[in-house]
Amino acid sequence: MRVGVVTFPGSLDDRDAARAVRIAGGESVALWHGDDDLQAVDAVVLPGGFSYGDYLRCGAIARFAPVMHSLVDAARGGLPVLGICNGFQILCESHLLPGALTRNDTLHFICRDQRLRIEDATSMWTSDYDQGQEIVIPLKNGEGGYVADETTLDMLEGDGRVIARYLEVNPNGSRRDIAGIRNERGNVVGLMPHPEHAVEDLTGPGTDGLPFFTSLLNSLVAAS
Amino acid sequence: MARVVVDVMLKPEILDPQGRAVQGALGRLGLSGVADVRQGKQFVIDIEGDLEGERLDLMHKLAEELLSNPVIENYVMRVEA
Repeated sequence: MRVGVVTFPGSLDDRDAARAVRIAGGESVALWHGDDDLQAVDAVVLPGGFSYGDYLRCGAIARFAPVMHSLVDAARGGLPVLGICNGFQILCESHLLPGALTRNDTLHFICRDQRLRIEDATSMWTSDYDQGQEIVIPLKNGEGGYVADETTLDMLEGDGRVIARYLEVNPNGSRRDIAGIRNERGNVVGLMPHPEHAVEDLTGPGTDGLPFFTSLLNSLVAAS
Repeated sequence: MARVVVDVMLKPEILDPQGRAVQGALGRLGLSGVADVRQGKQFVIDIEGDLEGERLDLMHKLAEELLSNPVIENYVMRVEA
């Protein structure tokens, strides 16, 4: 299975995301922001970082990159897409996911190993977790406060589209402790913490992030 | 030459932690009675020629889609001759 990882100017975690794909057993394919060719990949990861320097708003300029024109159409057609951190911000700016990410309520950049609860184990990116499973993966953001109007929040909760929630401490003021959400179909997932940094014992707080990537590969195999 | 000024503000219901920090600083610097501070952005765009018709429509569209995020922000745009 071929999983594309997009590099924007200012992306930081594209290499780690590609490595996580490979450790999970997939083939990583480098995609470039300025090229609208998705190279027939089976899924795409939008990695963390500071695309376009986070100028204007996080993800606001990346949304209009050539690769995103193809990606938005493909995602609406069912292509699995995982947006991590800046990738989540880009998915919200692209309106593939509702709501927006705003500056942390503390105004501090947060970097910590964060405990989460997997709230939805039905999406293509979370199916290898157990419903309600608690995991610890790194979190690092300055603008990670998830906001949406009450109607949207109620809809997300009602439809089971909150895929992960912060436990113990809400690090950034996210409404209803939301750490990640999915679209209606379950192929598009946005997550503020970083599963790609927790795929090997040597270099992270554990391997709790790996199932995001094995979930995808197993979902693709099951669908083919 | 036309000058377009676009003011972008967070919607009233969205928490503005930067505004709150500025509010605290104003108080610490001796200004009493500061009830609220909201921080926004202003874009000043100089455009050659007259801005009308399709170009004006496009400017409005980009003020809404690029310069602001309608999920969390409101914008006000004015054109100065």
